[in-house]
Amino acid sequence: MKPIRVTADTDLQWKDSLTTESSLVRRLLIAAAFFYLTLFLFIPLAAVFAEAFKGGMAAYVGSFLNEDALAAIRLTLLVAFVAVPLNAVFGVAAAWAIAKFDFVGKQILVTLIDMPLAVSPVISGLIYVLLFGAQGWLGPWLAEHDIKIIFALPGIVLATIFVTVPFVARELIPLMQSQGRDEEEAAITLGASGWQMFTRVTLPNIKWSLLYGVILCNARAMGEFGAVSVVSGHIRGLTNTMPLHVEILYNEYNAVSAFAVASLLTLLAIVTLAAKAVVERKMLSPIIVADPVLPVQAGSSR
Amino acid sequence: MKDREGGKLIVKIKHVMSITVVLAGFLLWYAAVQAAEPAVILNVSYDPTRELYQEFNAAFAKYWQKEKSQAVVVKQSHAGSSKQARAVIDGLDADVVTLALAYDVDAIAKVRLLPSDWQKRLPHNSSPYTSTIVFLVRKGNPKGIRDWDDLVKPGVAIIPANPKTSGAARWAYLSAWGYALKKYGNDDSKAKEFIGKFYANVPVLDSGARGATTTFVERGIGDVLVGWENEAYLALKELGAGKFEIVTPSISILAEPTVSLVDKVVKRKGTEVVAQAYLQYLYSDEGQEIAAKHFYRPRTEAVAAKYAGQFAKVNLFTIDDVFGGWQKAQQTHFADGGVFDEIYKPNK
Repeated sequence: MKPIRVTADTDLQWKDSLTTESSLVRRLLIAAAFFYLTLFLFIPLAAVFAEAFKGGMAAYVGSFLNEDALAAIRLTLLVAFVAVPLNAVFGVAAAWAIAKFDFVGKQILVTLIDMPLAVSPVISGLIYVLLFGAQGWLGPWLAEHDIKIIFALPGIVLATIFVTVPFVARELIPLMQSQGRDEEEAAITLGASGWQMFTRVTLPNIKWSLLYGVILCNARAMGEFGAVSVVSGHIRGLTNTMPLHVEILYNEYNAVSAFAVASLLTLLAIVTLAAKAVVERKMLSPIIVADPVLPVQAGSSR
Repeated sequence: MKDREGGKLIVKIKHVMSITVVLAGFLLWYAAVQAAEPAVILNVSYDPTRELYQEFNAAFAKYWQKEKSQAVVVKQSHAGSSKQARAVIDGLDADVVTLALAYDVDAIAKVRLLPSDWQKRLPHNSSPYTSTIVFLVRKGNPKGIRDWDDLVKPGVAIIPANPKTSGAARWAYLSAWGYALKKYGNDDSKAKEFIGKFYANVPVLDSGARGATTTFVERGIGDVLVGWENEAYLALKELGAGKFEIVTPSISILAEPTVSLVDKVVKRKGTEVVAQAYLQYLYSDEGQEIAAKHFYRPRTEAVAAKYAGQFAKVNLFTIDDVFGGWQKAQQTHFADGGVFDEIYKPNK
């Protein structure tokens, strides 16, 4: 018997036995948490929507129905469409390598994956300007061959990929490390090919964590401002992503449109949170399923 | 068992195929969107010209369609003037640049994207419209600000932008310096002292003109905004005339925003003719009228006379007369270790 069983009633007992504070303290703490979140999260979020609808529904919809706004939305989707799958594939490959093999420089690889979280987004943008800019290392060669990287789509995609590299990999590495390689080894022993082992053993084991990573990665890819701002060149209708478009509109005294586009990004965040909550619940369920004492639940989620 | 496997495989293949179709469709659609666009030129400009070029670009497209029956789309990019020059130097494909001051275009000429004598290629020093530096104060002018002297009084909070990054801010700095020189009989050390007092009254330095305007107007910080005349009028128009007043100082600088073709880019893109015509159209009656409508001072006499009532009379001096040109002014005042660095110490 394990000391902690994750079921509804034992969970409650366990919680009660650990809580020694009086109910007053408990209520005060909860009230403080809600107050804080209301002040710093909920009110600003509500303000975004209030500002967005200030000019009425027609003005709100009109904010999206001009060429520049549509181009910004299209570009943001396109960038995420390229960056997220690439980072998902890289994340799985990197996590696989780190969790299942031992090799020299493993720790360096782990550190490198974390690097984008540590450097400022401005730096993330500037490194590409230094590399691919007209005065940069590869600039003259690129100009000779008429290849545009920065101030064009490739640069924006590159910067986005850079800042979103860690999300999938970081989600998978601890999970795959804790799972070990026993199941994979068993599959190989039973005659599975490498691909079969991956699709039937590894992927089912990591799918919820993978999805979780992809959701976070996507949210960041669509919302990234700093790095993209450096490499974008701010050409309207061409290299302006949604976050950049919001800033432009706001600086043009066009508050309604700015907040309308911002509300779209906010909706994206809310959808992301909802998806995250669902995936989180799914991620927890295999633990219960694996517990032999609870055979009833085992059937339900398979 | 085998059948089930086969069925699964077919489902898998179907999945892969449908994903491929969606992908291909997406790429085709994106390519089509890209290809449908007509002759495109890019105008890389500074912060406050957004509204001006929005209207001017539409007018030029109409004119070009009529003259040459060719559709033309002018794309815009706006940010602080020096930042934009930097972007063009780093490879932003500008066909034309329309920046806040000649020094920034000079910087682009240094990497040989355009010839060093660019300023002689178009009339009026390649500056199709001018502006000057004025004060925007809160309604009723509670601090009684009339001229530059009133700005350096204790207790007045001034909002300029950062002269290191903003064109307007450099014009404002030089304008104040020019006033002090005149007042103290060309005594440089007195002028420096005056400017020192000026920046001691600055609570926050924004990086661009538009940022400074929003700080003053929307965030409600400071007693007086020192910036572009056109920006002050626009703020008045956009945000309610009842809340602010414009104060024109006794003397100010003639700010000459400059425009130029970026020769290397237009030659590569084959857009030389249309880009050249675009800049020349700024000097046409219609171009001048649009500039005047957006509170830039027009250059041609006819249009200037027509809009004379719109602008306050002010004694204007030029940067060439007082400072010996941009290169010199930049070296002395704004370069690293220059006079501005000596004077300005944040968080005093």
